[in-house]
Amino acid sequence: MTSDRGDSDEEPGGPVALVTDAERMEGATDEAVLASSSPDLIADSLGEYTRVWLRRVRSGESGILPVVFGLIAIVAYFQIRSSLFLSAGNLVNLITQAAFIVTFGMAEVFVLLLGEIDLSVGYNGACGAVITLWALSGGVPWWLAVLAGLAFSGLFAGLEGVLVTWLRLPSFVVTLAGSLGGLGLLLALVDLSAPNAGGTIRLSNNVLNDIEGGAMSPAAGWIVMIAAVVLFAVFMVTRDARRRAHKLAAPPITVTILKIAVMAIAGVAVVLIGNSNRGVGFAVVKGVPWVVLVILVLLVTWTILLNRTRFGRYVYAIGGNAESARRAGVNLSRIRVVAFVLCGVTGAISGIIWASQLGGMSSNFNGGQYVLFGVAAAVIGGTSLFGGRGRMIGAVLGGLVVGVIYNGLQLLGFSAPAQDMWTAVVLLAAVTVDALARRGSGSSATR
Amino acid sequence: MVNLGQPDDAPSAQAGGAPPGADIGQQDVTDPSAPLLRLRGVGKSFGPVHALTDVDLDIPAGQVTALVGDNGAGKTTLIKCVAGIWEASSGQILWNGRQVHIRGPKDATALGIATVYQDLALCDNLDIVQNMMLGHEPLRLGLLDEMTMEKTAKQTLADLAVTTVRSVRQTVGSLSGGQRQSVAVAKAVMLDAKLVIMDEPTAALGVSQTELVLGLITRLASRGHAVVVISHNLNDVFRVADRIAVLYLGKLVAQGPASEFDRQSVVDIMTTGASTRRGNGGGDEPAGSRGVTSGLEG
Repeated sequence: MTSDRGDSDEEPGGPVALVTDAERMEGATDEAVLASSSPDLIADSLGEYTRVWLRRVRSGESGILPVVFGLIAIVAYFQIRSSLFLSAGNLVNLITQAAFIVTFGMAEVFVLLLGEIDLSVGYNGACGAVITLWALSGGVPWWLAVLAGLAFSGLFAGLEGVLVTWLRLPSFVVTLAGSLGGLGLLLALVDLSAPNAGGTIRLSNNVLNDIEGGAMSPAAGWIVMIAAVVLFAVFMVTRDARRRAHKLAAPPITVTILKIAVMAIAGVAVVLIGNSNRGVGFAVVKGVPWVVLVILVLLVTWTILLNRTRFGRYVYAIGGNAESARRAGVNLSRIRVVAFVLCGVTGAISGIIWASQLGGMSSNFNGGQYVLFGVAAAVIGGTSLFGGRGRMIGAVLGGLVVGVIYNGLQLLGFSAPAQDMWTAVVLLAAVTVDALARRGSGSSATR
Repeated sequence: MVNLGQPDDAPSAQAGGAPPGADIGQQDVTDPSAPLLRLRGVGKSFGPVHALTDVDLDIPAGQVTALVGDNGAGKTTLIKCVAGIWEASSGQILWNGRQVHIRGPKDATALGIATVYQDLALCDNLDIVQNMMLGHEPLRLGLLDEMTMEKTAKQTLADLAVTTVRSVRQTVGSLSGGQRQSVAVAKAVMLDAKLVIMDEPTAALGVSQTELVLGLITRLASRGHAVVVISHNLNDVFRVADRIAVLYLGKLVAQGPASEFDRQSVVDIMTTGASTRRGNGGGDEPAGSRGVTSGLEG
């Protein structure tokens, strides 16, 4: 190190932090560089791709890998303990059970990426669902009713975002208040919309009931799956071709083919499971549940929004270093409020899925617990509570993990208290593995 | 002050460093030989406290101007006035010979003044391209045009001969201190900056990293940018500076070509406001005022 004088006239914290930073960086080797780069863009062959990718995994930048392996391990355990677990009937059941946790997880990703949290989105989403059901009972077309519900929850969350941003209140406290207020609002709305119905507003619309209760025809399942895989393949291949045409590094063609193959295999598996007969007795029940399509559309839309638009880029930038984003001319308040709105909107979708599963929205809806499932799903999926790191696909996989644990423990006959405690253990284990893997990974986005 | 109007103020004094003028908007230059930025009698007060008094400073294009001074001398205050963080309380700021009012960071950016602060303002979780383009992302069909971004960023880094990064797609958190500084500078330059202000660019850097950044500073100037470097490290100052300006207790007590200074005279001026080796005014400051000014920034 040079004998730089540490007595800069800047704020005292800065130089000290920089020294440690620089000392660490002095040791920055090629290894660290490789570990921090996307293998997509610096490898030329499958062999090198694998090497770069392994380095990344070793250094903790493993992306969604831990949650994928975790999911496989948990599924294997349950299958060994109960041969029923991997039956088509139970898997479809599991997907419909986990769907609302997955969507709550996706909702939380928006705010967690900013380094904020939304504890109210559970009750907020339930209120949005009640608005939808209420509108339906008044004869409003289902899509308009859904829009009304999403708008309500978006507004509710947006209001919280405004309080967080403009009054600079901690989001934890604002949304804690929002959660309490949301519970009260839910009880009031249920009473108001369905008086003397015992605290439940029924869902009588077939389209919305079918989200969880209905399934695509087997042929439709294949068509949707093939269309999705083809679109994915076309997107990947044209992107690589464009990059090569512009003389930029593109992932090796073998890797692209491999990714498309994995996607296709996953799609075929889902459709095969969905299309096998899971009826009891003489009844024939088959087809992929519609909720799979809902989640797929949501996943693709939100992923494009986060990865390919200015809004998404600024969300990550604010989560990484808000001051830097501000100096770059990013309107911090607007991005933060919009992120809260999107969290609320996704929460309302979650509420509607829950209502579809249970045939209505009830004042027993446990929004306080469900929102924590959502946070758990996002965190298990690799989203950092400190902002700047996380992906939508992680929340989907994390939500599946939570769903699998509850489903599996139920199947094994565990009591409700035991289910909760085991979920707690798995959540802790997931976060511990994540933290240990990322410690000392050389990336400052590790906290 | 003393040096005002002396011939060594003109950029032509440094024949080798004369800018090619290729990427500098010269259309509105009234006097081609005038410095890019000229401060006249600039002062900044915080209530009764005078952090800067009557500063006359010339920043020519294509040259590296080192701003030195002890803690509390007003270096940071001065650049914050130029960068628009604070508005100067008095005096004139002339940009290309025209008087301008810099009221906020946006005004400074619009003029082409980019400041690289000590904290660099980079997002560790984003990669180099994403950091460089932050806030100015080009769009294609409403979506981010990653390819244009990557090409622009690569080109800028190549122009500055920043070749030590292996991939522009690695996260900034994984870069060395010098590389981070390079990315921050490249980010500033990419936005058509004509004047790049760097606050302590080599503080906390190791030897090889310092070399990297000093090379970058030299290249910036040879490309025609005006560069202002604040530094405590006189070794670095004498390595890169074409001109040196010394602040002492909020006053600019000496400025001129680096060749007119040596280490000892700069240290003398920094610590006492005057040097026996180089005649300068401003050394008659009462000792009592020292506590006032240094109290501002400490």
